[in-house]
Amino acid sequence: MSTWFRKINWLTLLIPVISVFLGLLCGAVIMLAGGYNPLLAYGSIIQSIFLQPYYGGETIRAMIPLVLSGLAVAFAFRTGLFNIGVEGQLMAGWLASVACAIELDGLPKVILLPLSIIVGGLVGGLWSFLPGLLKARFKVHEVISTIMMNYIALYSTAYIIKNFLYTEGERTPTIPSSASLASNFLATITQGSRLHWGFIVAIIAVVVMWFLLWRTTMGFELRSVGFSPDASRYAGMNVSRNIILSMTISGVFAGLAGAMEGLGTYQYMSIMSSFSGIGFNGIAVALLGMNTPIGVVLSGALFAGLQTGGLTMQSVAGVPTDLIQVVIALIIFFVGSSYAIKWIWLRMSRKGRKS
Amino acid sequence: MSFFQVLTIIIPSTLLTAAPLIFTSLGGVFSERSGVVNIGLEGLMWVGAFTGAVATLFLEHAGVGAASPWIAILIAAAAGGIFSLIHAVVSISFHADQTVSGVALNFLATGLTIYLVKMIYNGQGQTPYIANNIDKTTIPVLGHIPFIGPIFFQQVTYTSYIAILFAFICWYILFKTTFGLRLRAVGEHPEAADTLGISVIKLRYIGVMISGVLGGIGGAVYLVTITSNFNISTIAGQGFLALAAMIFGKWHPIGAMLGSLFFGFAQALSITSQQIPYLDRLPSVVLMIAPYVLTLIVLTGFVGKAEPPKADGVPYFKGQR
Repeated sequence: MSTWFRKINWLTLLIPVISVFLGLLCGAVIMLAGGYNPLLAYGSIIQSIFLQPYYGGETIRAMIPLVLSGLAVAFAFRTGLFNIGVEGQLMAGWLASVACAIELDGLPKVILLPLSIIVGGLVGGLWSFLPGLLKARFKVHEVISTIMMNYIALYSTAYIIKNFLYTEGERTPTIPSSASLASNFLATITQGSRLHWGFIVAIIAVVVMWFLLWRTTMGFELRSVGFSPDASRYAGMNVSRNIILSMTISGVFAGLAGAMEGLGTYQYMSIMSSFSGIGFNGIAVALLGMNTPIGVVLSGALFAGLQTGGLTMQSVAGVPTDLIQVVIALIIFFVGSSYAIKWIWLRMSRKGRKS
Repeated sequence: MSFFQVLTIIIPSTLLTAAPLIFTSLGGVFSERSGVVNIGLEGLMWVGAFTGAVATLFLEHAGVGAASPWIAILIAAAAGGIFSLIHAVVSISFHADQTVSGVALNFLATGLTIYLVKMIYNGQGQTPYIANNIDKTTIPVLGHIPFIGPIFFQQVTYTSYIAILFAFICWYILFKTTFGLRLRAVGEHPEAADTLGISVIKLRYIGVMISGVLGGIGGAVYLVTITSNFNISTIAGQGFLALAAMIFGKWHPIGAMLGSLFFGFAQALSITSQQIPYLDRLPSVVLMIAPYVLTLIVLTGFVGKAEPPKADGVPYFKGQR
């Protein structure tokens, strides 16, 4: 127990905590500059999430796609890949799951629901397979190719909905109830929130990521390629195959996130003129969670809470919800600047020891 | 409709949509040539468009009149430059991952600008429309040349020609001056440049700030020539399109300009294709995704290899081998 306790790198754990603190602090300064009351604003967030069942339910609901897209980013990160394309993979998975549910209406729920979820995941994986292939085969940087794939997804999904699955209100028809994750029970106990059974999928995904990466040979190879592609190649691993594999699995997580939105939260897909933002938030979730499954859950909870509570913050303290986006951005900056934070921390602790 | 008429629709429309992309992609060239990846171009355009709108409205209110959008572009340039300092400090001085910093910059820009808009305009999610935008005009003398005039010099804005001129200025600065040589050296082999007494840090700061200035101009130009008001969907991917244009142009100013013009052309086609015979049968989505698909193809190296500067994206630690 004590050796395990000592093995934890406290400084590394401290970085996310310091980053969150600094991010919230800067957010408070911005609120003060705008003439708002930061204590009232943050207080209203905490109050609503923990004391009002509706906002509590909505927070867990928002966590589902955030955690899944966070897992997607984190999984690719472990192999040294930066998947900015979660947004596009999410849209592809969202549309695929909704289309599957609508087209195969009539199948019993035991088949249709899992099938729609799987199709969503697979299409998400397909969407990231291509950047993986381009990276492995042609050395195309995945950051650029996934950004391009995001826009291809944005415009193609809009086109497909408009021409093949269109219904009034600029969206697809509602999915049949036999493919829905929504639950009256969950809605009732949270006073009418959109909480759905997707949280079980998210929990399974968290366990799967942990198991794949830390308990299988495949996961060992993936992480090894992330640490050092050259050493891995020298050790006889197929680096190209691992890159493609990692990107594809990452995309499956992203596709599942989309399926959760399609089958759970909304029950349809709208024609989108811009991105949902969930995929980009996934980057923040993964970074703050230090690319570990548990970290992703914790940071997913934090960001989901901030975003849901942001709505009450607007009505109670009058602060525009967009401040939450600013706070999240600042937190990423601070996490990214961990080098500087570590340096300052070591400087200060060394000084402390001297005196 | 004759081919000539088609050209008089498409070419001016191309020039209009390409101008903001040209400015922004040129900014990207400076940043990446100095060795700093700039995914934050989108965010810089947000800041530019926001500043462009607010400054124009303020100047109009102060009675400046028709000159307001032009002055607003300059103010937006300064705002973009200042905003890009965040990216510079975090990714150069703090050695953060440049992609991470760029992503955060986009987050910050979208959140902060809309937050400020709501604060300034009493909770509304958009600014009022500006009264003095930069309109399409006929350029004197050149516009009256038969044939060429109606295609290239009528129904155009001056900003498009300034943008093209900027591309040549940027080419001159990057490839014909000492400063340009040093900037490129820092992006290719910072250790060697450092050994020769060139400050890697300073040049990278300058590279990023130039990208901020040009990104700010790009956003402001987009606002005063195309949308006329700022809201959450004003800048929707133009920054990433500019990034694609820069890669499409192989990190070269003239290439970036041509890439931007080409992407502008694709966008102009997708908007005007309904009026053009034959093209109206093509699904508009093909033209919408064409720039992105083409960029992917260029990157695979089928049409000449696009290779980034050697040290692009690598934080520089002094004294580290």
